[in-house]
Amino acid sequence: MSFGPFLLLALMEGLVTAAVLALAASGLSLVFGVMRVVNVAHGEFYMLGAVIAWFVTTLVPGPAWAGFLVALAVAPVAVGALAAAADRLVLRRLDYDPEATIVATIGLLYMIQQAALSFYGPDARPVAAPFDWRLQLPWFGYSGYKLFVVLAAAVVLLALWLFMTRSKVGLVMRATQVDRDVAQAFGIDVDLVYMAVFGIGAALAAVAAVLIVPIQQAHYLMGHDPLLLSFIVVIIGGLGSLRGTVVAALVIGLSDGVISMFFSPTLAKILATLLVALVLVFRPQGLFGVRDR
Amino acid sequence: MSGAKVWALHLAVLVALFAAQYLLPPYHATNLARVLVLALFAMGYNLAFGYTGLLSLGHALFFAGGMFAAGLPAYHFGFSAGPALILSLLGGGVLAGAVGLFALRTAGVSFMIVTLMFAQAGYLTLIYFNAWTGGDQGFAVPASGRSLFGFALSSDGPRFAVAWGLFALGFLVCLALVRSRFGRVMVAMRENEERSRLLGYNPFVVKLIVLVISGLYAGLAGGAWALLFGYAGASFATIQYSILPMLYVLLGGAGTVAGPVLGAALMFWLIELASGLTSAWLFLVGAALVVLVLFAPKGILGWVREKVWRGLP
Amino acid sequence: MSLLEARGLTRHFGGLRAVDGVDFDLRPGEVQGLIGPNGAGKTTFVSLLSGRIPVQSGTIHLAGEDITRLPAQARVRKGLAYTFQITSIFPGLTVFDNVALAVQGGRAQIGSWRGGGAALEAAVAAALGQVGMADLAGQGAGALSYGHQRLLEVAMGLALQPKVLILDEPTQGLAAGEIAGFMALVRGLVPAVSVLLIEHNMEVVMGVADRITVLNFGRVLARGTPAQISADPAVQEAYLGA
Ligand SMILES: Nc1ncnc2c1ncn2[C@@H]1O[C@H](COP(=O)(O)OP(=O)(O)O)[C@@H](O)[C@H]1O
Ligand SMILES: [Mg+2]
Repeated sequence: MSFGPFLLLALMEGLVTAAVLALAASGLSLVFGVMRVVNVAHGEFYMLGAVIAWFVTTLVPGPAWAGFLVALAVAPVAVGALAAAADRLVLRRLDYDPEATIVATIGLLYMIQQAALSFYGPDARPVAAPFDWRLQLPWFGYSGYKLFVVLAAAVVLLALWLFMTRSKVGLVMRATQVDRDVAQAFGIDVDLVYMAVFGIGAALAAVAAVLIVPIQQAHYLMGHDPLLLSFIVVIIGGLGSLRGTVVAALVIGLSDGVISMFFSPTLAKILATLLVALVLVFRPQGLFGVRDR
Repeated sequence: MSGAKVWALHLAVLVALFAAQYLLPPYHATNLARVLVLALFAMGYNLAFGYTGLLSLGHALFFAGGMFAAGLPAYHFGFSAGPALILSLLGGGVLAGAVGLFALRTAGVSFMIVTLMFAQAGYLTLIYFNAWTGGDQGFAVPASGRSLFGFALSSDGPRFAVAWGLFALGFLVCLALVRSRFGRVMVAMRENEERSRLLGYNPFVVKLIVLVISGLYAGLAGGAWALLFGYAGASFATIQYSILPMLYVLLGGAGTVAGPVLGAALMFWLIELASGLTSAWLFLVGAALVVLVLFAPKGILGWVREKVWRGLP
Repeated sequence: MSLLEARGLTRHFGGLRAVDGVDFDLRPGEVQGLIGPNGAGKTTFVSLLSGRIPVQSGTIHLAGEDITRLPAQARVRKGLAYTFQITSIFPGLTVFDNVALAVQGGRAQIGSWRGGGAALEAAVAAALGQVGMADLAGQGAGALSYGHQRLLEVAMGLALQPKVLILDEPTQGLAAGEIAGFMALVRGLVPAVSVLLIEHNMEVVMGVADRITVLNFGRVLARGTPAQISADPAVQEAYLGA
């Protein structure tokens, strides 16, 4: 393959990474934006989404697309409910103290990971793609499902954006984000908002995982990389800014796709993590972030 | 509480720990050596987190830094244990100073994430240079590197003696430090940084010094681990090894001199016990973290200090 | 000759001109009052003097030396002490340790590296004695009553052994009996220490100040002796509400 098509392939792969990353990271960003806490267990919610997708698709009889659709509905709801419970039982009791929350969500991370190992096992297991169509380009064939992933992620992100900007519930969430106490004074049930936001944030990670699992397989340690990459994206995009998060996901996803085709992926990760640290130190509003307030 | 009594009590702890090697069955005496090295690491973590309020998620980098600063020269150039330990001390301190120069410009959650990212970059660097470091598999430290003043550190007696000696050194330095003039300033940073600035202290400098001291502890512990137990690997740079000292400190009591060793011992044998019953011991670590922050954020000795003995350092 | 001198000091918050080109002099050995309505910019002004907030323009000199760009902690070590309007102590430490931090951090840097020593203990006892809290040294600072926390704040300022002591509404929350003692304390500090006192209680300012500066909307409205200030019609209109 000559250079042009090679680059095209790298960009298409990068686009898939970016789409899934944008979804997962937007969940982290939403939680940080509204609740001002960092959820270290976010990657485990992602992993749970994939594992649940595997269970669902093996249980649902019939064609692959049927099981996939059920998983796409069940996994986010189940994961969201679990997260909401964690919020109610743990985070609220900590009064969302930022540092205590990080320690507690690290604890959740270990518990969820270990539970997955015990009940799901150490193996990576595949989930069949819902359809099997290939796009034939002049230079190479490309999985149609991967294009579907990009499309689906875009739809979910658009829906999230409309929800946050146009719906009444979204307005309530943004009001809480701007000033928790004022929101409370206006009769908003802040506890309920926080529980919902934490649940939705985790559900977004689960959606991302269900979309990726036909490409990547479900494994109990698969939450680690998305967590790190989501951190990177959210920080470079500007903490709590949804628009910045999507832009950063595109940049990171595309450059990751391209860079890891030409360079060592480890080196790329080293540079990315160092970049994140330096951005937080010298430009805390992010590289692409517009200040929300 | 008079100074003499405090010193006497802490010396008694050291004597009891030394005596334990003769009282415990050999298998657990070796484990106690492990606990003492981990406690040395946790004491350094405690100086930053417990006393100064610096909640770091990057200490694994300083631990692994010390481990490889001792292990690599021993493996590649045949260094013996003495010089290797000194290098580990330097490795931890230098890394902590370098990270601190950047990370200490931030605070709170940002500080946690910045330290986490530096540690992750360090871990990946160890992987990237796997031709030298052995990557995830790591390497066994050769016998030539595991000898100190002619004693083989692979045999039980010398191994315990070195582990205990390094721990005792760290323990006494820690006690002297937190009772000193500087120790008072460390706590002032934790309690109210803005106020301490208006009393004439430079928070950045104070915190940098503490982080370097903390890094010296972590580095020495990492080096001791490599030489005493004969193995160095990149996995010691993963976030799990930043979480463990935090867990020990939270359990034993943040901001107490004896808390880290108490927490390390309890947690070590709790995990040991649990892993005899189930493979899911990591679940225990997670549950312990959640339960501690929820119900006992001050830890055991923190509770003692609050209810029983106000003057406990 | 002035000990502490500010020229054209300015600090805006967005469009809000909190401090807007203030000239100011504190003479050696005087007690100067700084008054003005709520939101006039008094706290912001002294925060600029102490270095808590960076200045946007203007200069500050202490005993002839330009300190405009010095960080707060360096100004403290040169003898410029500040006590907070909103009580700011170390709640987890004892009263003794709170004051000891000031003693060892301030201008004289008293005490041995081990954190104790007779000189340190004497200095702590002296500062606590001045505010009448000598018997509370062993208490946890967080458990003190509000009035005692205010006085501890003042004791920490004194323990810095400053040349200039800035007190931001120190009598807020003190009982009537404590206020009389406080006035005597302030008068007793001069001439060794020069005092800049922000105060809402008119009786206190009129009673202890040699001169008074009035701020309004971030600008100097008037300055003069207590008698001149209480007779000034502009001040009466803006502030005394007459
Ligand atoms: N950090 C800040 N950010 C924005 N506005 C501030 C800040 N600090 C003070 N202000 C505003 O500046 C004005 C002066 O405040 P302040 O100096 O506290 O007044 P005073 O002490 O005279 O009551 C007020 O309107 C206040 O709201
Ligand atoms: Mg004020």
